[in-house]
Amino acid sequence: MSDAVIKAEALSLTFQTNDGPVHALKDINLEIGKGEFVSFIGPSGCGKTTFLRCVAALETPTAGSLTVNGLSPDDARRARAYGYVFQAAGLYPWRTIGGNIRLPLEIMGYSRAEQAARVKQVLDLVDLAGFEKKFPWQLSGGMQQRASIARALAFDADILLMDEPFGALDEIVRDHLNEQLLALWAKTEKTIGFVTHSIPEAVYLSTRIVVMSPRPGRIADIITSTLPRERPLDIRDTPEFLAIAHRVREGLRAGHAYDD
Amino acid sequence: MTWMRQHLMPVLTVVAAIIALWYAGAVALNAPWAYDQAKRADRDLSFSALVAETWSQDKPKLPAPHQVVAEIWKTSGDMVLRGKAFSKRSLVFHGWITLSATMLGFILGTGFGILLAIGIVHNRAMDMSVMPWVIASQTIPILAIAPMVVVVMNSIGFAGLVPKSIISMYLSFFPVVVGMTKGLRSPDAMEMDQMRTWNAGAWKTLISLRLPSSMPYLFTSLKVAIAASLVGAIVGELPINQDGGLGARMLVGSYYGQTIQIWSALLTAAALAACLVGLVGLVQGITLRRMGMAR
Amino acid sequence: MIWVVATILFWLVAWWINLKLSHRPRTRLTSFLVPGLFGITLLILWEGMVRGFAINPVLLPAPSAIGLAFATSLPVLWVDFVQTFVKGALSGYAIGCSAAFLIAIAVDRSPFLQRGLLPVGNFVAALPIIGMAPILVMWFGFDWQSKSAVVVVMVFFPMLVNTVQGLQASDHMQRDLMQTYAASYPQALMKLRLPAAMPFVFNGLKICTTLALIGAIVAEFFGSPIKGMGFRISTEVGRLALDMVWAEIAVAALAGSAFYGCVAVIEKAVTFWHPSQRRG
Repeated sequence: MSDAVIKAEALSLTFQTNDGPVHALKDINLEIGKGEFVSFIGPSGCGKTTFLRCVAALETPTAGSLTVNGLSPDDARRARAYGYVFQAAGLYPWRTIGGNIRLPLEIMGYSRAEQAARVKQVLDLVDLAGFEKKFPWQLSGGMQQRASIARALAFDADILLMDEPFGALDEIVRDHLNEQLLALWAKTEKTIGFVTHSIPEAVYLSTRIVVMSPRPGRIADIITSTLPRERPLDIRDTPEFLAIAHRVREGLRAGHAYDD
Repeated sequence: MTWMRQHLMPVLTVVAAIIALWYAGAVALNAPWAYDQAKRADRDLSFSALVAETWSQDKPKLPAPHQVVAEIWKTSGDMVLRGKAFSKRSLVFHGWITLSATMLGFILGTGFGILLAIGIVHNRAMDMSVMPWVIASQTIPILAIAPMVVVVMNSIGFAGLVPKSIISMYLSFFPVVVGMTKGLRSPDAMEMDQMRTWNAGAWKTLISLRLPSSMPYLFTSLKVAIAASLVGAIVGELPINQDGGLGARMLVGSYYGQTIQIWSALLTAAALAACLVGLVGLVQGITLRRMGMAR
Repeated sequence: MIWVVATILFWLVAWWINLKLSHRPRTRLTSFLVPGLFGITLLILWEGMVRGFAINPVLLPAPSAIGLAFATSLPVLWVDFVQTFVKGALSGYAIGCSAAFLIAIAVDRSPFLQRGLLPVGNFVAALPIIGMAPILVMWFGFDWQSKSAVVVVMVFFPMLVNTVQGLQASDHMQRDLMQTYAASYPQALMKLRLPAAMPFVFNGLKICTTLALIGAIVAEFFGSPIKGMGFRISTEVGRLALDMVWAEIAVAALAGSAFYGCVAVIEKAVTFWHPSQRRG
């Protein structure tokens, strides 16, 4: 794969703490191609979020190499290569929904006309047209998270990094947003890195699933999805889906075997 | 080790910077007088001589820290050693007067504050009629009328400790009311419902739920209250100085241009405030740890 | 005697009305009426007791006498107000608060200095800074400049501590977000940290309103020209003209509450998004 967007080779990250070193990531080898939807799944402490943060240059690896679009993560950050969606919406309460989505555009120096056009476009994309002038605290949790996705889509980054974006939402809202996210991915053809701890969510969304295990954080299994790109919600009841879910669960259990 | 690097070093740096600024300020402010003296005596003043001169004047505009510390030692520790701790010139004597007024006012103010807060929490009419005035009174410069209270009370025969304590009480009263009201209301709906399922009355709820959960709030306001109480006592000492007290020392000092005396009274007051707040903090730490609330 | 009985009667009636009112659902009207009635009751109680027990006006003048003194000496009160509040308190407040704000931003990039300044600032804010007043009067003379200086020292540290804390108030996630946008330091400051700091900044500004007025008035006890609220209070106390003293106190109370109210209104407009401001 020569068109790898994200490429990690023997990547390791060790935190020095008062209780000695903690190996958050150890020997990660992974290539993510353009337009892939890759999920990272594993128990807490397996390094899935840390890996995403390394890609976003929010953490610095201690060994190995990592490139994003062929650049170092920090250069990619400066080139504004990706949008990042956190677990909580993290919208600024003093800005309207429109103002929040405009925030990265203001920082990156888009013209006013361009800002307005893009805000309108992404609001349509996440089904929030008409809420531009509302404040975040006037919206439900699911709507806030959609607004934060819109904020990450507003500028021209072809990578979307999502760290348990739907973790704090209830099952019903989560199903709905999963469906919308797939539609969005199909429309925008972005490369998505997605951290989750829900097996059905990972299987439903991804083209590839990276199963990770803790202490030290490393890759236990990489599963390529056999599901078609077109995925209605009830695909989750098909034997094919269940088979992949089973394999993910096996991978998670194997990672845990010698742990406790 | 980390604690030292994380907290002690920065604080020491800032304190050192303040002391350095103080010494520099002493040079700058006292230099004119030093030059004047030198000119009269018809001698040249080298820079080192100037610095030495500005740090050792009798009535400097700004005394250097070591002068103030020497004065404090002369009027406290030294006098204690010579058995004259309660002489009229001793800072121990004046500090004691201020401290007793502060403590009396603080205890009264805290007591009244807690009682009023309990009333406010349990009685809706009291809540609605009193609370807005308590908050409004925070915006009124009560401290500014302190001297008047002292003078008037003196004229009707209340002299000495009581008038000052009343000001202290007044100042320490408000933070306690506000903090305690917040604290007594801090149990959430679930905890209150739990009490109701056990059929606990208002009194039982107060004793076993409201009061314990208000403790962190109480101590936070007690720290504010004791500092305010000290300020009240000092300001209360300003108009009548024959009784003594740190405030009286400051006023007398300002009458006679005894800057070193003012600064030593000021620093003693600061040390007293630090000790009092620190003491409340200590009791807070012990109590909250006993109650399992320490963070 | 009639005065005492009538007053107590009024008190009971007013308390009864308040009890009734407070058990109705809280509306804008009742939450204004109940404390209003309580305040009026206090005034009438005061007036009635002073008249009923014929309390010496040197000790405690009746509210009506204070009102009379207030109405008849408006020009004097105005001159005092301008000298103490406008010249002394306001100028010191503006200088002290903006200096503290700017220094807080200046040390913002140094966590080391912040960790040092916070405890020291908290400590100094609890000290009886007002004791600096005689020294500053010596340095800056009797006129309003020295009062302004006292106010500057008094408001500086509370404001500094609040602003430094406010600038640390934005959470990690929001800062990370700024990082992913590759935002520069000024951009992050303007777009995230300063707006997030506003509730703290206004908390400091509100605390400082009262401090400013106290500082300006108390500083006048250590020397002032023959005008000013503190000067008037101390001289009228000397002449035992307590009605005039209380009139000055009323001015101070009005000025203090109005000042606080103004800052609170601005706060409401700026930090409308903060949970404490969202509901009426």
